[in-house]
Parts: sequence; C-alpha cells; structure tokens
Amino acid sequence: MDALYREAILDHYKYPRHKGHLDNPDVSYFDHNPFCGDEITLELKIEHGVVVEAAFDGRGCAISQASASMMTEEIIGKPLEELKGWTKDDILDLLGIEIGPVRLKCALLPLKALKAGVWGIDDSDA
Amino acid sequence: MKSIEAIRADFPILQREINGLPLAYLDNAATSQKPLAVLQAMDDYYRLRNANVHRGVHTLSEEATTLYEGARGRIARFINAPSSKQVIFTRNATEAVNLVAYSWGLDTLKPGDEVLITQMEHHANIVPWQLITERTGATLRYVPLDPQGMLRLDLLNELLTERTRLFAFVAMSNVLGTINPVAELVARAHGVGALALVDGAQSVPHLPVDVQALNCDFLVFSGHKMCGPTGSGVLYGRRELLERMPPFMGGGDMIREVRLDGSRWNTLPWKFEAGTPAIAEVIGLGAAVDYLTGLGMEWAQQREHALVRYAMEQLERVEGLRILGPGPEQRGGAVAFTLGEIHPHDTAAILDAEGIAIRAGHHCAQPIHDFYGIAASARASFYFYNTFEEIDRLVMALDKVHSVLGI
Repeated sequence: MDALYREAILDHYKYPRHKGHLDNPDVSYFDHNPFCGDEITLELKIEHGVVVEAAFDGRGCAISQASASMMTEEIIGKPLEELKGWTKDDILDLLGIEIGPVRLKCALLPLKALKAGVWGIDDSDA
Repeated sequence: MKSIEAIRADFPILQREINGLPLAYLDNAATSQKPLAVLQAMDDYYRLRNANVHRGVHTLSEEATTLYEGARGRIARFINAPSSKQVIFTRNATEAVNLVAYSWGLDTLKPGDEVLITQMEHHANIVPWQLITERTGATLRYVPLDPQGMLRLDLLNELLTERTRLFAFVAMSNVLGTINPVAELVARAHGVGALALVDGAQSVPHLPVDVQALNCDFLVFSGHKMCGPTGSGVLYGRRELLERMPPFMGGGDMIREVRLDGSRWNTLPWKFEAGTPAIAEVIGLGAAVDYLTGLGMEWAQQREHALVRYAMEQLERVEGLRILGPGPEQRGGAVAFTLGEIHPHDTAAILDAEGIAIRAGHHCAQPIHDFYGIAASARASFYFYNTFEEIDRLVMALDKVHSVLGI
C-alpha cells in the first residue's frame, strides 16, 4: 500500500495540476472506466504539432487522478510525434509504482484519452 | 453445534495470510470460500470416477452419473422442489435468467406485453430482459427504490397490470442488502396472471428458501456463492412451464432423437442441459449443499444477522461513512458504503494492505448507484464463517484510510 500510495501520487491527488478546462481547446476528449467509474476529460491546445497547454477534469480514484495530473504536467511542451509513441511504461515511470492488472486501467485512463482524443486510437492497453 | 473456530478450520483459504496479516475475507456476496468437503468431492470425482455422464455403460460412467444426479436430488431437497426434474443445472444464476429469457421470453412475449423488474436488480436480471423485450417488442418496466433502499411497493398496483407477463425480482439485493417480501411479491404477480421469477443468488446461500412456500414460478441461483464451485448454477422452474418451454441450447444430451429432418427433445431436466455439463462442479455443489444443511440454514441466517447488526453499529462510527440501504432488520449480510469523497477503489486497496478483502465498484448494479448519484461504492459482505474480530479490523482499517489519503 505504501508503495501504491507513495507521497508524489498523494500530492498530485490532493493538489492536482492543470485541473480544469481550457478556452477553445483544439482537442477535448471524455473517457471513462466503466469498471470503477473513473472519469476524465482531457483538453489540449496544440501549435505547430506541439502541446502548448493541457488540462483535465474528472473524478475517480487517487491513481487515475494522479496519473492525469502527472501526465498533463509532462506532455506540455512535447511534440505530438513523440507522445504518439508513449506506452504504459511511460505512465508507470511517471507514477513510479508497480501496479496490478486491475488498477492499471485506472492509471492508463489519461493516456487512453490522449490517444483516442488526438489520433482516434482505441488502445485500451496503451 | 460446531464452534466458529471449527467451522473456519473447514475452509483452508481462511488460514491464509495477505501482506503478512490473517486474511479477513469480507467479499462473500461476490463469491464464497469453499470447505474441504467440496474440494474433496471434486477431487474424488477427478481422481477416481472421471467419465462422462448419461452415456457410457462402463463402471466409471455409471458412478459419475450417480454422483451427478445424486447432487441434483440433494439440491432439489435443499430448496424443497417437488421433483428433481425441476432442477436444471446452468453455469450460474446469470445463465439461468438467460435461459428463461430466451426460451420462455422469446416464445411468449409480444408487443403490448410487459415485463416488470426492479431498480435494485443485479445486471444479470436487467440486461437479458432488455435484450428480449427489444427483440419481441414487449415493454420493460421497473419498480423504483425509495431513499431507504426499499422497493416502492406502493406503486405496485400501477406497475403490475393485466399486461404484465412476468415479474422478475431479486430476493436479496447484493448492494443494499435489502430482503424483499418474496412470497408476497409472487402472490401479487399471480394476482394479475403474471409469472414470478426470483433471483436467489444472494438469498439461497444465506437463508432458508422453500420454493413451494414461496410459490415462485422460477428461482435462479449460483453455486459459487454458497460454498460450491464456480460454473455451477441452478434454474428451478414450475414443471408445466418447463415442459412447455422450447430448448435454450441445442446439442448432445438434450435430445431424444435426431434425424436430418428434425429432432425430438429429451425429457426434463435434460432438455435444458445441452452438451457435457460441469460434472465435477455439480458434484461439488452437492457437497456444498450437504455442508450447509449440516450447519443449518436457520443458524447461518441468524449468525449473519448478528454479524451485520454489529458491523452496521461499528461502521456508523467511522467518520464520513454512509451506509446504503435499510437497517439491519431488513437486510442480509451485505453492507455497501461510501467514505466521504474517497473513491472506493482507494478504500479497497488500503484495506487490502491490511489483509481485508472487500469489493469496490458498482457491484454489477449500476442503476442503484445512479439512484444515489454515486459512481461506485465499497461493500463488505459476510458469511457465517466471518467473525466479530474481522469487523473490528475492518473498522480500524477504515480509520486508516482517512489518515493515508488525508481527506
């Protein structure tokens, strides 16, 4: 448990970064995890193929919300070309924890929203 | 009467440790643990008597058939069915509902007909009826809930009409724990000429069930929630209905005669058991029923009632905890709750670290959660082998959830 709820994750859960909405986002995508009810809306502003602003809104468990907060922080300033190649390992590196198969869906929900929202990729296992 | 310690010793898994702590298994509404007697019955079948049933004339096949059909007889007596021919083996309660929906429902329902279910159903007693009413043009209606988690029976006069062909309802809610007045609801359905299907997935494992006293037309339940193995389930049906209903699945064992221009069906119950059944699992379920009968279902019900009453008293002292559903007098051994704004998955994960297994999610009953305006809940659910100490550990661990998540 201490491994799952490490300090950084709790910090992002309690004080999420980039939570809210953007004005006129270029990408806005809602996704949810029907198994546990996690919800996320991911919004992006993109200029010259680079993410210049990112925000998320949603509700759910600490893992899904911390993952969204960490991911939005990380993708700002990155070219879409690079993000397209992101896999679950990139998210797990951000979270810095080992996650069992059930909670993996929570952790990967933001990445799933990113891939579906930008490229229309239905990649539930990221 | 056996002591709780002796009963717990019958269940090998209850000796397990999780994260260095004794397992407190409080997820019995999802599935129960299995006593040695069940494991041994299945092991004995595979080691000594494994053969297909109803086919061979050799010794093993005869022994396997005797065990398989013997289990049917014991399960029939367990629910006081008039005949073992009215006990049909399915994979689980879900398949049993689907059997009725696809066999009776497709054959019977027409536009203008209505099927009545309730807002507290498990998805297993919602989705088959959505599928079948859509295909037949019949209408699906729901008995709503009141804020205490009881059915709005005051609306039954409007909802149950001469258009209603079937009233399908849960005997005990897997989320709210609510115990519905089954015999009364069956009588109300019969009063308008409708059939009554009872979802006994949570009631048959936990309290005495007598299909003749309830007078229900169908009863469905799952073996794995009552000390039996997964893959074993039961449909009980009134004989003349089962006789009239067409087969659900076609294949071996369900036929009397197969010709290229058509086939004739086997008699009950085999008409509804196409293909090689779950032989070991059914034998295991027979052993589970013997085990439960040995303990006594009245005793099991009283034991769980004492556990749930104590649990509700203790849980109400946890800060921010809100229990869904009625008080202990009207419920069985399932207690679903929310803990402030904390997501149930986080609650369950932190409890797991303390060796405590509970369920988190919508428990396959999304309409109940929609009614309360929540996405999910946490649920502790008890069986006779649980202890008051396990409930104390649950309450202490819930206090810890607050300190870990700090909200």
